[in-house]
Amino acid sequence: MSLDKDTVRRIATLARIRVDEEALEPLAGELNNILGWVEQLNEVDTQDVPPMTSVVETEPFQRVDRVDDGGQVEDVLANAPEEAEHFFVVPKVIE
Amino acid sequence: MPTLTQMTLAQARDGLVGGEFSAVELTDAHIAATEAVRDLNCYILETPDAARDMALAADERRSRGEGGALNGIPLAIKDLFCTKGVQATAGSHILEGFTPPYESTITRQLWEAGAVMLGKTNLDEFAMGSSNMTSYFGPVVNPWQRTNDDAKLVPGGSSGGSASIVAARAAMAATGTDTGGSIRQPGSFCGIVGMKPTYGRCSRWGVIAFASSLDQAGPLTRTVQDSAIVLGAMAGHDPKDSTSVNVPVPDYEAALGGDLKGLKIGVPKEYRLDGTPAEIEALWEEGINWLKAAGAEIVEISLPHTKYALPAYYIVAPAEASSNLARYDGVRYGLRVEGGTPQEMYENTRGEGFGVEVKRRVLIGTYVLSAGYYDAYYLQAQRVRTRIAQDFHEAWEQVDAVLTPTTPSAAFAQGEKMDDPIAMYLNDVLTVPASMSGLPAISVPAGLSGDGLPLGLHVIGRPFDESTVFKVGQVIEEAANFTALPQLMAGGA
Repeated sequence: MSLDKDTVRRIATLARIRVDEEALEPLAGELNNILGWVEQLNEVDTQDVPPMTSVVETEPFQRVDRVDDGGQVEDVLANAPEEAEHFFVVPKVIE
Repeated sequence: MPTLTQMTLAQARDGLVGGEFSAVELTDAHIAATEAVRDLNCYILETPDAARDMALAADERRSRGEGGALNGIPLAIKDLFCTKGVQATAGSHILEGFTPPYESTITRQLWEAGAVMLGKTNLDEFAMGSSNMTSYFGPVVNPWQRTNDDAKLVPGGSSGGSASIVAARAAMAATGTDTGGSIRQPGSFCGIVGMKPTYGRCSRWGVIAFASSLDQAGPLTRTVQDSAIVLGAMAGHDPKDSTSVNVPVPDYEAALGGDLKGLKIGVPKEYRLDGTPAEIEALWEEGINWLKAAGAEIVEISLPHTKYALPAYYIVAPAEASSNLARYDGVRYGLRVEGGTPQEMYENTRGEGFGVEVKRRVLIGTYVLSAGYYDAYYLQAQRVRTRIAQDFHEAWEQVDAVLTPTTPSAAFAQGEKMDDPIAMYLNDVLTVPASMSGLPAISVPAGLSGDGLPLGLHVIGRPFDESTVFKVGQVIEEAANFTALPQLMAGGA
């Protein structure tokens, strides 16, 4: 599998990262090098091998399902680049 | 008696208990040392005023007969830990100025044990790197230099500032985090002890996430005993982290000492990589002999999927990073770069806020999780990961711990290995398999390279058996008798 410039543009849009047009081609080269290198994983026989979901074999810890935190609007908004009346402010969404 | 900055953490603790000096004196000595080695760029933020206040409080506690295991001990904190009211950046422009309104569980436990915070240490951006060259706040300098060569060397990464400041004798210990080797590799490069505990041993709550199934915090110290003391304060179950495991934390320090009679140590043949320098092979042989001399039985073992650990890691870690880093959107904290629509604002913010390596990994991660590629890349990597973990699982039927070198080279110069991401990734080829398997592992300084740089040996243990890892590590430490000192340290060499 090989990434072309258009695929890199599409991934960058999915990842919400602005990439300048002239950077797409070199980036495709770098990503292809990495993807070419990981191709070797296909040598491993993984027939009937389950994908790892948890690295430590343990019973998940159970807790009582109750609210134990909250009501901290000021703290939640303290680092916001822009806020108004207890809301985060973003660029206009609806025309 | 060694000076206040030369002594080990255990010696300082005992000196504080014995009233030989105060926490304020100990802290002031470390603040002065911090100033002396400021050119190493170990800190993103120094917090001397907070340190003095915390030291004063520690002395007051002691005068009342109170205080925990680290009462009055000055520590450096990797700037990946959220610290209430103190900036946390993760080494990234995108979080510059972020002041967490909460405290990570690990740092809370350290302060409850009485520790003093000297500052927030520099790191590779979002802990992605093996050289500390990707930090937005500039590279960290390794206090070690090659014989007859004053080229600036990297401290390793991502916990580069933490490793460098401890090696430079300006902090008694530091916290680090290790996703693929980020505690052990800088420990090896800087001639100190780096311990990554079992996944789930330390809470990840309030630690800025890189790859959640791999990230694990641990200590960087100058001795194995100090490592045992600090990990004891960091470890423990935390209901706020669902992957934190609810098993008792043993007294690691008390478990140290004694010989290795009855222990079987595995030596995996797959770790003999082509191109490994002869001096590293020789050090490994020496380590094997030290453990034999201490009574251990050496067993040649096979971990057949070792070579696939690193490529699998470079699927799994970027995939998890791409989803963890989705939160940096310019809305809730950190940098915002304006745009006409929310979409443009996100793209501008992330385009400007993330560095080159972070973008590369987020893009790789996004690709391998995208429709049509998820099975071929991500699921296959997680299947390979199962096989890597099974290799170790089978090894534990034969042996109690595994001995390998920590890194395939000594520290390299700033600017080297920067053109080829894969050459940089290969730094972690010997540390990543234990990460992929969630196992505890330590790097202990064991010798010097031909050009005078520290080299570490690496001990991997069974899940939750940090005690054996420490015990074997201490035997290496004693046999190696590593007394060499770096050139660029506080107080001079």
